[in-house]
Amino acid sequence: MFKRKIILVCLAVSVALFADGCKKKVPAPPPPPPAPAQTAAPATPAAPAVAQFSAEPSSIERGQSATLRWEVTGESTNVSINQGIGTVRSAGSQQVTPTSSTTYTLTATGTGGTVTASATVSVVSPAQPAVQAPPPAPATHQTVEERLSSDTQDAYFDYDKSEVNGDARDALTKDAAALKSILADFPNVVVTVEGHCDERGSAEYNIGLGDRRASSAKEFLVSLGVPPDRLKTISYGKERPQCTESTESCWQKNRRAHLSVGQ
Amino acid sequence: MKRIVWIIVSATVFLTALAAQQSDFNVVLKSGGNLPALAVPDLRGDGQSQSFMSVFNQTLWTDLSGSGIFNMVPRSQYPLNVPQQLSDFKIAPQAQNMPARRGQAQPSSADGGGMYLSDWAAPPAKANYVTIGYAAAEHNLFVVRAWLVDLSIPNPVHADALARTYSESLDAAGARTAAHKFGCDIVEKFGSTCMYGTHIFYVRRSGSLKTPVSEIWMMDPDGQNQKQITHLNAISDFPAVSPDGSKISFTSWVHGNPGIFVYSVETGRDLGFYNQRGASVMGEPSFTPDGKQIVFQSSLAGCCGIYIANLNGSNMHAVTAARTIDSEPKVNPKTGAEIAFSSGRSGPEQIYRMNIDGTDVQRLTDGTGEASNPSWHPDGQVLAYAWTRGYMAGAFNIFIMNVATGQYNQLTHSEGKNENPSWAPDGKHLVFMSNRTGREEIWSMLANGTEAHQLTTEGVNLHPVWGK
Repeated sequence: MFKRKIILVCLAVSVALFADGCKKKVPAPPPPPPAPAQTAAPATPAAPAVAQFSAEPSSIERGQSATLRWEVTGESTNVSINQGIGTVRSAGSQQVTPTSSTTYTLTATGTGGTVTASATVSVVSPAQPAVQAPPPAPATHQTVEERLSSDTQDAYFDYDKSEVNGDARDALTKDAAALKSILADFPNVVVTVEGHCDERGSAEYNIGLGDRRASSAKEFLVSLGVPPDRLKTISYGKERPQCTESTESCWQKNRRAHLSVGQ
Repeated sequence: MKRIVWIIVSATVFLTALAAQQSDFNVVLKSGGNLPALAVPDLRGDGQSQSFMSVFNQTLWTDLSGSGIFNMVPRSQYPLNVPQQLSDFKIAPQAQNMPARRGQAQPSSADGGGMYLSDWAAPPAKANYVTIGYAAAEHNLFVVRAWLVDLSIPNPVHADALARTYSESLDAAGARTAAHKFGCDIVEKFGSTCMYGTHIFYVRRSGSLKTPVSEIWMMDPDGQNQKQITHLNAISDFPAVSPDGSKISFTSWVHGNPGIFVYSVETGRDLGFYNQRGASVMGEPSFTPDGKQIVFQSSLAGCCGIYIANLNGSNMHAVTAARTIDSEPKVNPKTGAEIAFSSGRSGPEQIYRMNIDGTDVQRLTDGTGEASNPSWHPDGQVLAYAWTRGYMAGAFNIFIMNVATGQYNQLTHSEGKNENPSWAPDGKHLVFMSNRTGREEIWSMLANGTEAHQLTTEGVNLHPVWGK
């Protein structure tokens, strides 16, 4: 048994040595040859070519305009510029007023092929007076988080209960109307109904209680026409309290269903 | 082999005698009057070792007094002189002239100032055993030579119930280890299970109110060697430990909804628990006694039922119908045939038991207050749990209950909130969470409510579970 071990060890050592020797003898493979340089395809006589595509000036302050100028030579069946400009003549100019830095791409298509060219208009913010507070953002520019926090409210529950009643019905009825509008404005957003509990019950039991609160709040919202596939539920039990005082007012604040943006 | 048989026989006789003798909790703890009286004077060390002797002495005292199997003789009652080795003991004059029968303590009027066995056996010490020894720094090691002396033996030469040498690193950790090992040898000599080498798993909470973070940690039974296991930077909670101590399972919100995780303790690696889609709640896992399955809470068919599955999530099926909130399933570690759990099926949360197939559900607590956190004693007959009986909602105290008779004992008495009791492998200790200091911390105590020790002091620590 012991002998066999020694033989095995010797074998392993010699294999290791041999492998090492091989490495030295065999030279490392040469690096792969460099990729051939991309040579431009020779233009067929009839193919279109972009003689000019420029933005003047190439940098503007927000609110100002720039002028795109272009000229396409050769035979082309269609010339277009993206960013909402569409089909244009083979030579011309157009004024643009981008609100942020934008790259315009011109595409010329002919029987001989397709060519593109691009021009960029950089947009910088105008210098502002140092102390002036920014004006409140118009409602349409609010994020979904801002909309949820300004337009919806928490629904509160009784101790060890998950039924929606009294004030919670009023809160969720208002929430349903707000949610329908928010979900229409943000078509890709899913809203999470969070269920929370106060500190008194066991942390373990409260995972279930929080789930039941979230579910019954969701059911109530759905009954008022909020699309169910846009709502998900999550229970935090008593793991994420709003406050930690051992008072009835803090306990009440934590026995709630809360709306947040889904993950 | 003979020794093992002897231990089993004596343990059986001992348990049977106790069961016949008194209350429902004799399987848990013996009463104080019957315990051997143990004197544990401080050991001294030479040179470099001396600076670690206070750690050694404190650790040894805590382990022995905390074991729950001795009456600790107060230090104030010890003789003036403490022998440092067995050969320091001298034979008392009376014992010399009049050899007595083995097994009888020797009343002796002679006073050796501590150098006679009788000095320790006689009042005021009235000890049955004494620990002696000395430490030295040798070859850069902390070396302890230690004896457990049986004071019923007349001749000190034969009085060594234990004679041991421990060599550890020459630092506080080495001194602590040496003390734990000596303490273990003594505790095991008396047929009990040593706690050193077992671990307590728990949750440390940090982060802010808005973005709380909880991670799973582990530590030694005396609160030493605290070590973080998970690094998920999310809420992870409710750890359970496998019977062999190699795996933990817990609930984490790291992926959004609460989900079940199974980790290797050794490597901290996620072992993968699958089939969790479609349920808003998957959580509160615990292991079956064979370590091959876990029972848990799920909202798969509504919130929340008890489920059972293999460790990787396969072969998942429901044990209870989710008509109410069922939580915290714990399989009887002795029989593997029944589950204790908490449920709101009759109103406020109470403790229930059922067969592992979900049949024969019985409520164990009487319906008053709220009861939660069932934890099985290793013998499978007694449950520890948290109950608000007699107090306001949320004011939990630790109770233990004999499942067969329904008799219960209250162990904590409104020193703050006391929750999440978990039995130690020796069946004599409990670890639990208490906010009696004003903050949630981990504590241990004996199952009669005495010897309460605070194990954590840093941060907020909760939901402990005691494993191997």
